Amino acid sequence: MSEQGANRNAEKGREDIHKAASHDGMDEARREFLRNIAAAGVISLGGGLTLLTMGGGEALAKKPEEPLDPKKRWGMLIDTTKCSDGCQKCVDACKQENGWEAEPNSPHDVQWIRKVNVKDPATGFMMSLPVMCQHCANPPCVDVCPTGASMQRADGIVRVNMHICIGCRYCMMACPYKARSFVHEDIPEEEKRFHAPMGKGCVTSCDFCAHRIDVGKIPACAEACPEGAMLFGDLNDPNSELSKRLREIPTYRIREDLGTDNGIRYTRLP
Amino acid sequence: MRALSKHITAGLVAGVLGAFAVSAAVAGDVGPKVPVDRSKGECVLPGDEMRRVHMDILKHRRDATMYQGIRGGKQALEACLTCHMVKDEKTGKPVTVKSEKHFCRVCHDFAAVTVDCWQCHKSVPEEASRQAMIGPDGKMKASMIAQLKAFVHGEHGGRK
Repeated sequence: MSEQGANRNAEKGREDIHKAASHDGMDEARREFLRNIAAAGVISLGGGLTLLTMGGGEALAKKPEEPLDPKKRWGMLIDTTKCSDGCQKCVDACKQENGWEAEPNSPHDVQWIRKVNVKDPATGFMMSLPVMCQHCANPPCVDVCPTGASMQRADGIVRVNMHICIGCRYCMMACPYKARSFVHEDIPEEEKRFHAPMGKGCVTSCDFCAHRIDVGKIPACAEACPEGAMLFGDLNDPNSELSKRLREIPTYRIREDLGTDNGIRYTRLP
Repeated sequence: MRALSKHITAGLVAGVLGAFAVSAAVAGDVGPKVPVDRSKGECVLPGDEMRRVHMDILKHRRDATMYQGIRGGKQALEACLTCHMVKDEKTGKPVTVKSEKHFCRVCHDFAAVTVDCWQCHKSVPEEASRQAMIGPDGKMKASMIAQLKAFVHGEHGGRK
């Protein structure tokens, strides 16, 4: 995508989203009310809040045998000012955790997360950011799936139910973020991970480490980031560390103009 | 016409023989024995019941995990593999599904039923979680067994 075009679109998208939000007056009033309550809490906390740092996320309460909480919506804030070119720690951690291996820019290897370097041709400004499944609230991949395999969990995680995936790859076409990949080859037994099964003929993608979230841990990439640039948390909880941070600083989503309402936000985008 | 009736007769004979073989297997006389390490504790259901309903439990569990994120203590499928694991005589490592000795294959080869599970799923438990499931006495932890039982009989396990 051309950076400038994307910028213009993003601007337009923000306006659209703003307009859409103002239509929904009731909902907005409720959100404002919640925001005020949360702000009051922040004031009473005083200077203590500044001690909170980016990194990881709050401890999650879910026990393994409990069903997930549909009131939550998992999301992530990626601080691109802390993300350096050449650092692959999040990608390596994901490979290790979920058992995939990919050559850089390979057209056929499985890839759940990748580092993207972007440059503004006008100024020469360069930045590096990780891109994975954006866990949209309105995921195009789920819309197009003919079997219902491409799915959204009640807590906002978008993933593939490989038990019913027929490998048609329509979701790969629909995803604006190139987040999904097709498994072209059998994965050898010794490289498989028990908690992240994948096999030939299915589409696969980042599932926010659902197996870790289900037992009260945070995703492997967020845990591995040495700069604490990936903050994971609950977008629906106004008191979560993530929500507080999102209130404090301006954040952006990739291709906001598409209205997919991504769960992953970035502190700045080209 | 005669050729056709010959075929039908052959089919009937094969069918009767097949039915005989199956009934003999259920009686437990000639059928395969599923390898299990009983020292690690009891299974969630008696063996004859497991033989009939294990696929229902697995399928129900699969959907509960996919849609509701229920992981039942440790990985429940992994819990099966922990007790039913067969170690290779030479290497001492757990055998994968490539080996005829793998507990799934013992029955499934006999019944000529092919399952696709292991194309994607790992057929041996991860070392770390196996350790986490087994207590210092070498038996499966009581909490694990309780969770598995709660899953099979309980609210989310839902075998009515």
